[in-house]
Amino acid sequence: MLTLDAVLHGLATAADEPAQLLPARQQMAFTLGFHIILVPFGVALTSLTLIAHYRGLRHGDSTALLLARRWSKAAAVLFAVGAVTGTVLTFELGVLWPGLMGTYGSAFGFPFSIEGLFFFLEAIFVSIYIYGWNRLPPWAHFWTGVPVSLSGIGGTASVVAANSWMNQPGGITMRDGKVVDVEPAKVFFNGAFWGETIHMLLAAYIVAGFTVGGVYAAGLLRGRDNRYHRTGFLIGFVTAACLMPVQLLVGDTIARDVFNDEPAKFAAIEMVPTTDDHVPETLGGVMIDGEVRYGWQIPDLGSILADFSPSTTIKGLDAIPADVRPDDRTVSVVHLAFDVMVGTGSLLMLLAVWFAWLWYRHRRVPENRWFLRAAAVSGALAVVCLESGWVVTEVGRQPWTVVGLLLTRDAVTTEGNIWALFACVLALYCAVGAAAIWVLRSMRRRWRAEGDDNVTVPYGPAPEPAAARPGPREQ
Amino acid sequence: MQDTVAILLFVGVIAYALLGGADFGAGFWDLTAGGADRGRRPRHLIDASIGPVWEANHTWLIYCLVILWSGFPTAFTAITTTLYLPLVLAALGIVLRGAGFAFRHNALRTPEQRLYGAVFALSSVLTPYSFGAIAGAIASGRVPTGGNGNALTSWNHPTSHLGGVLAVVVCAYLAAVYLHVEARRAGDTALARYFRDRGLAAAAAAGAVSVAGIFVLRSDAERLFHDLSHVALPLVVGAAVCGVACIVLLLTRRRILLRQTAAAAVALVVCGWGVAQYPYLLGTHLTLDEGASPRATLQVLIVVACVAGVTVLPSLVLLFRLAGRGRLTIH
Repeated sequence: MLTLDAVLHGLATAADEPAQLLPARQQMAFTLGFHIILVPFGVALTSLTLIAHYRGLRHGDSTALLLARRWSKAAAVLFAVGAVTGTVLTFELGVLWPGLMGTYGSAFGFPFSIEGLFFFLEAIFVSIYIYGWNRLPPWAHFWTGVPVSLSGIGGTASVVAANSWMNQPGGITMRDGKVVDVEPAKVFFNGAFWGETIHMLLAAYIVAGFTVGGVYAAGLLRGRDNRYHRTGFLIGFVTAACLMPVQLLVGDTIARDVFNDEPAKFAAIEMVPTTDDHVPETLGGVMIDGEVRYGWQIPDLGSILADFSPSTTIKGLDAIPADVRPDDRTVSVVHLAFDVMVGTGSLLMLLAVWFAWLWYRHRRVPENRWFLRAAAVSGALAVVCLESGWVVTEVGRQPWTVVGLLLTRDAVTTEGNIWALFACVLALYCAVGAAAIWVLRSMRRRWRAEGDDNVTVPYGPAPEPAAARPGPREQ
Repeated sequence: MQDTVAILLFVGVIAYALLGGADFGAGFWDLTAGGADRGRRPRHLIDASIGPVWEANHTWLIYCLVILWSGFPTAFTAITTTLYLPLVLAALGIVLRGAGFAFRHNALRTPEQRLYGAVFALSSVLTPYSFGAIAGAIASGRVPTGGNGNALTSWNHPTSHLGGVLAVVVCAYLAAVYLHVEARRAGDTALARYFRDRGLAAAAAAGAVSVAGIFVLRSDAERLFHDLSHVALPLVVGAAVCGVACIVLLLTRRRILLRQTAAAAVALVVCGWGVAQYPYLLGTHLTLDEGASPRATLQVLIVVACVAGVTVLPSLVLLFRLAGRGRLTIH
């Protein structure tokens, strides 16, 4: 979706825009889009690891312990990449968007200081946990992982607080274009805070869960049908599948909140040109010259989804003043991204239901090959869903950076050749991304060579903490 | 209140210099450790020492950035719109370094390890140089309040060159001293000697650069020179004393207080910069009062720092104690 955004926007630049606007937006979209893939693993993979770890210690399950140790190694690599790409984003906020940081830093900025606190705790305990295998007493080691999960949740809430404030800014007093007073609680817990935060946290667990489940589903498909693969599949997949219905409910609630609180974004999502009741729901399609083209329209459904009645009036794009109205391309991108998000989310929901049915029937990990094939790609599908969701909220806010207060073209830097910077960033991230995948694959190769069954597991299935014994060292 | 936030910001700068700086310095010694065979043992010690702590140490940079942009947003954007080139270079170094280090751990074959290692080591020099140059530019008043200062000349002048070179040398010095102590703790006398020699060399280089710096500052940054030689003089003298004491301790092979004196020398230099800068954020054209955020935001920052004091600090102590006791080392 991000590349689509790039292509669509690359075709035209309005004359009154600073030359830096387009490359700055594309660079921000690209780096955020890259970073957001790593976030679920930083936030949720540790929790999945702890589930396996707990099971291993509590029930003396050596397979679960082996999974936990391997997942923590993979999480370490992803966490390191996430930490550095996150640092780049903090630099970019200043280098690319001085209009945002300079004017609104006192409000938009401080949630990041809270995030910094959580990130600090996360970085410290991630190190202790990852390096603690075989060196700390088993249960003490387990507990060093818990702050990682908790601070992941706190960190997510803090960053999303800043983001949601841009969607529904509040808690500030402006005078002469400067922020003269800030009400921190109103900034942090702004109107969009709870919806966005819960939506993102669930998304993180869903992406991580389906990805982990998918990896082992692929292994099961290739005939590696053993306890190791079944346990790995179940921990990941079941976590994601259980959260999927909750996510659908949360998403549905947020859509109605957007209808009430962010009518401009809702008009773009639903692709409604003129304010009207009995608005149809358009699936697919694009906007050309202010008119909805192609796509499949279901009569009245748009209005019903917005407020449970066909006679609900939905504000159209015509209700937005012309100078801050999103152009056709922006509207099309937002609308299609929303469709992709809902479409992929629904597919994942169906997959979860399918799993529940198969489990109800057979009480074991499904052997149905079509199910396993679908499960194997569920991680990728979840990532697509996550990315398109962020496109909806970010592109859907345009032309604003802070709704009603700051236009993106006023937020962007006016100095420097950002295209050159973007090119460098693109090359760098491709290299880092390729290297990360390559390293993960080589880890997998090594683990496969070790085998899954006859490996001495970390501190063995210790019946009690005192019985810790050193296992083989990995490095 | 803005003074409190400025002090909190500076605590972060000092912590980043002492902890993050040492990690960068370790990368410098990695770079100069020679071929794959000859450099294997020092590289191994470097890996084992910084592996568990580098992410936590790196977080001090995030801490500084978020305090700066929330507490003093005008100064933050003035810096980012003027010094974007060295900032981009520093960020490039950070990405390559972090990724290179994480990947080197997990790469199996020597050629791959060599590639990731080279990336890690080269970027370990790039980043401290860039940060030193940025500090030089801020200290010598090259960043206009409104931002958008000259993108090239703002960080290519004697004070920035001095800052960059000093940062690289000081990082190397800190790392050599820390690694020397690590090696002695592990009972590896040959490696301890190896890093002792390098520590002495780096200390001598840092001393020489500092002395040269006196002349550079006198001709290039008069106000900074004046303040360093007046209000901040006790700190500068203290730094020199600690630097000499550290050399003496290294020469007499004492371990006690060795790391502390090395760290104190560096911390005092950074403090000296802070004191010389006070009460200005940028040059003599933007004061702390003028650049500060509204009161409520500053209060939030102070509360966050206090919470960090009771949560992050004990956790850091735990991490360093576990790492120090060898509970987290890898083999």
